Amino acid sequence: MGPLVVNEIISENTNFLLAFLIGIGFGLVLESSGFSSSRKLAGVFYGYDTVVLKVFFTAAITAMLGLLFMSLFGWIDLDLVYVNPAYIPSAIIGGVVMGGGFIIGGFCPGTSFCGAAIGKLDAMVFIGGLFIGVILFSETYGLWDKLYMAGFQGSPKLSESLGMSDGLFALFLILAAIGMFYVAEWAEKKFPREEY
Amino acid sequence: MESTKTDRSRRYLNPYLGGVLLGLVLIAANYVAGRGLGASGAVKSVIVAATDVIAPAHVKNNAYYSEYAKQHSSPLKNWLVFQMAGVLVGGFLSGALWGRLKLKVEHSPKITSRKRLLMAGTGGILFGFGSQLGRGCTSGSALSGMAVISVGGFITMAAIFGTAFMLAYFFRKNWI
Repeated sequence: MGPLVVNEIISENTNFLLAFLIGIGFGLVLESSGFSSSRKLAGVFYGYDTVVLKVFFTAAITAMLGLLFMSLFGWIDLDLVYVNPAYIPSAIIGGVVMGGGFIIGGFCPGTSFCGAAIGKLDAMVFIGGLFIGVILFSETYGLWDKLYMAGFQGSPKLSESLGMSDGLFALFLILAAIGMFYVAEWAEKKFPREEY
Repeated sequence: MESTKTDRSRRYLNPYLGGVLLGLVLIAANYVAGRGLGASGAVKSVIVAATDVIAPAHVKNNAYYSEYAKQHSSPLKNWLVFQMAGVLVGGFLSGALWGRLKLKVEHSPKITSRKRLLMAGTGGILFGFGSQLGRGCTSGSALSGMAVISVGGFITMAAIFGTAFMLAYFFRKNWI
């Protein structure tokens, strides 16, 4: 039963080998979906190309449903799967800073590596920026540590916070995603761009 | 011939199919390692590892570095570092397959390459900084967090995309 490494079914070294293979899959999917192009990525914010929204939400729903079914079948113990901790203020402010970085820089960290892999110089400069940004945060950590640690809520699931089962939550998310996909398809027709 | 070549390099996977495939990769990560995908964590690992070589005393004195070094026997022997090495290989293979391998600066005709590079660097700095404050980026916090229905993942996702949408008008010349 998964997760394999947590249940000591595979060794630490096998885990790293699989991490590399999973990364190859990640890179293949990102690049072939067009995530190596900043102008395709930024398109979602202007409506001319909504590939980000479609891929992102389809992936989140697929993974969410897949994990729920695998848990149901007894293939994976979801209690052993990492759930991101919630530190509300730093999550919001960090997200706002990242959102600024996204619209200014046109990439996020994963997609910038993908762009760099096919020779995009702007992606390579973005990665240089990432390093500077991480070092900047680390070196000035004393200024942010209170904000960084504030508002810790444990690792709650949104379904529990809303008082519903995981399955029902997934259903609502799927319905919301279908609504968003509908708007996305409309936006691409409404704000078309041939060359970008 | 030239035009078919150009068309080919502009051909992409159906986005919904791409989403399902990305979801399957994310499931594989959780099944194998009990954790999702990530990108900014690998950058942090490399920085801690490099700092540990250049100035080991500094890693001990800096609360943020030392906390991280304490949790990892060797910062480079990190799941995300191996995964991101894979992303470079996978991205390269896909680019080769579709004829997209080319050294270039991609930008709107309304701005110069120089301006694009300046914006890319600035965006990278902000994203790097924000990913540390927010404990993960679009991959590790937003996407992987949403897949396990974590409150933190949904908050980060809403903050990243909400902010980018709100600022989009002011940076439109860079893109359209």
